Amino acid sequence: MSAGAPATLRVADVTKCFGAVTAVDAVSLDVRANEFLCLLGPSGCGKTTLLRMMAGFEAPDSGRVFIGDDDMTATPPHARPVNMMFQSYALFPHMSVEGNVAFGLKQEGLRGEALNARVKEALAVVELEGLGARKPHQLSGGQRQRVALARCLAKRPRVLLLDEPLAALDKHLRERTQRELTALRHRLGISFVVVTHDQDEAMAMADRVAVMDRGKILQIAPPRELYERPANRAVAAFFGDVNIWEGEVVAGNKVHCAALQIAFPVTDLLPVGSRVEAAVRPEQIAFTSIDALLTGVVSDVVYRGTASTYFVRHAGGAVIRVARQNSGPETFQRGDTVGLSWPTSAVRVLTS
Amino acid sequence: MKPKRFSWPGAALIAGLVFLYLPLVVVIVYSFNESRLVTVWTGFSTRWYGELMADSQLLRAAGVSLTVALLSATIATVLGTLAGFVLTRFGFFRGRALLVGTIAAPLVMPEVITGLSLLLVFVALEQGFAWMPGRGILTIVLAHASLTMSYVAIVVQARLAGMERDIEEAAADLGATPATVFRTITLPLIFPAVAAGWLLAFVLSLDDLVIASFVAGPQSTTLPMMVFSSIRLGVSPKINALAAILVLLTAVLLVVAARVQRGSKPAESSAG
Repeated sequence: MSAGAPATLRVADVTKCFGAVTAVDAVSLDVRANEFLCLLGPSGCGKTTLLRMMAGFEAPDSGRVFIGDDDMTATPPHARPVNMMFQSYALFPHMSVEGNVAFGLKQEGLRGEALNARVKEALAVVELEGLGARKPHQLSGGQRQRVALARCLAKRPRVLLLDEPLAALDKHLRERTQRELTALRHRLGISFVVVTHDQDEAMAMADRVAVMDRGKILQIAPPRELYERPANRAVAAFFGDVNIWEGEVVAGNKVHCAALQIAFPVTDLLPVGSRVEAAVRPEQIAFTSIDALLTGVVSDVVYRGTASTYFVRHAGGAVIRVARQNSGPETFQRGDTVGLSWPTSAVRVLTS
Repeated sequence: MKPKRFSWPGAALIAGLVFLYLPLVVVIVYSFNESRLVTVWTGFSTRWYGELMADSQLLRAAGVSLTVALLSATIATVLGTLAGFVLTRFGFFRGRALLVGTIAAPLVMPEVITGLSLLLVFVALEQGFAWMPGRGILTIVLAHASLTMSYVAIVVQARLAGMERDIEEAAADLGATPATVFRTITLPLIFPAVAAGWLLAFVLSLDDLVIASFVAGPQSTTLPMMVFSSIRLGVSPKINALAAILVLLTAVLLVVAARVQRGSKPAESSAG
């Protein structure tokens, strides 16, 4: 995938309202060739509605949907070269596994040997050979998910749309399926658009993640960029733990935080006097005895296996979260006075 | 063994069942009565079943009733299924509330009113357009279909409302046109409700006296009409025999309807 690759699916300025609620608000989005794109956000943020508009189940109130070079805004679902895997899998309960997979191919007029070959091929991709004669209710949750996937893949869509594909699986199976989905995408060379509310899932699978909230896309970027350079407070808070302090830009390219009673340097060049928020990830903050930016008292320690989170109370009242690997020699107890510091590059200034 | 205690719910249940079914039991028992007098038991006999089979008038009426029930149930099932589908799958459209009302109306309308209004329509059609002269099986079929399609629509609608929409959407997504989706996905999945609706319509038609009396012609006497008129001339034990057969047939059909509807509950619900 290259940044200049042509879009296989393009959503241009699309808006969709349900009554008084604006589910999707003027969203524009490109899905690149062979890209794995995640639509991430809390429930009700409009991500599923956006996906359903790509599939053709909802008509946008305004804006266009392009697949390849064709405007497909008014094209019904059955005529679109994309396929969707439903959160419920939506298998046809009265058909066998083979019947389910063959259904879409029969609509293309495929019959006989050609049909059988394509069904076999799709079942082989998801490693379900030999289960073709079973009915959906005779399968486990994981197997049903694979049938739903095979049914979509058999159609060889240009874009595969997946609505919460892993939500119904248990944790162990979820991780395995995550890896399989990403492997599959590399093998098949088609674009994936995945809706999820789970940021870990999005980070683990996606080339790019579109973070949505209240019908708008807050930021589209690769996972690492979202984590390290979030565009705003909502995105920063959505991905993992973060300390956010309000402050004012002062001379010398520093931010003065009233709550911490210090000014610390930042890399971004900002006009003096502007109000900003400074974000620092807990794992970027180090305990130090020399050149500490500030000192505080450990008020709580939460053990998390490989790491622990320390809650350090500053004299000004602010509580700073510090994450630390548990492999180091010395540990701190509640009540210990500690010095904290962080590199200038760890500070992300949020402007909105 | 524990001594059996008197229980109020149990007694109420038995009293209710006796109230509902004792008359039927009496009819069936007396259908095997040897006596010509309906109320005097003189011994076991199947002679009235034999006489029933020899009564060509009654058999002809039974034939009319079965023909009407078959045809009207089939028409009602097609129309009722489509109505149920439109109500659950088309979302909002102009006149939806009106359609809901017109489908519910026959259920609450007194049969006398339904029968009378249908008769007026058929008479007007005959006078105005010379259509269906003299009335006959066709008018009863249409009258029964217009009543029983409401029942079918409601049974089918309930089934569709309980069925996940995304199964049909998945079929559309895989390239099936709306007509193909209905034929290959929706219809097989709601088939138990459609079959139950057909059986219900069949039994309702077979049972109807009031509406049929209004819209029937001279050559199209149905079984309930025949029974009703013959009872006025004195009850023949033949009628008991006929009633026993009808009770049995109705019971079998209702049990089959219940089985069909329950037996193949959608697999998706058991798979969840």
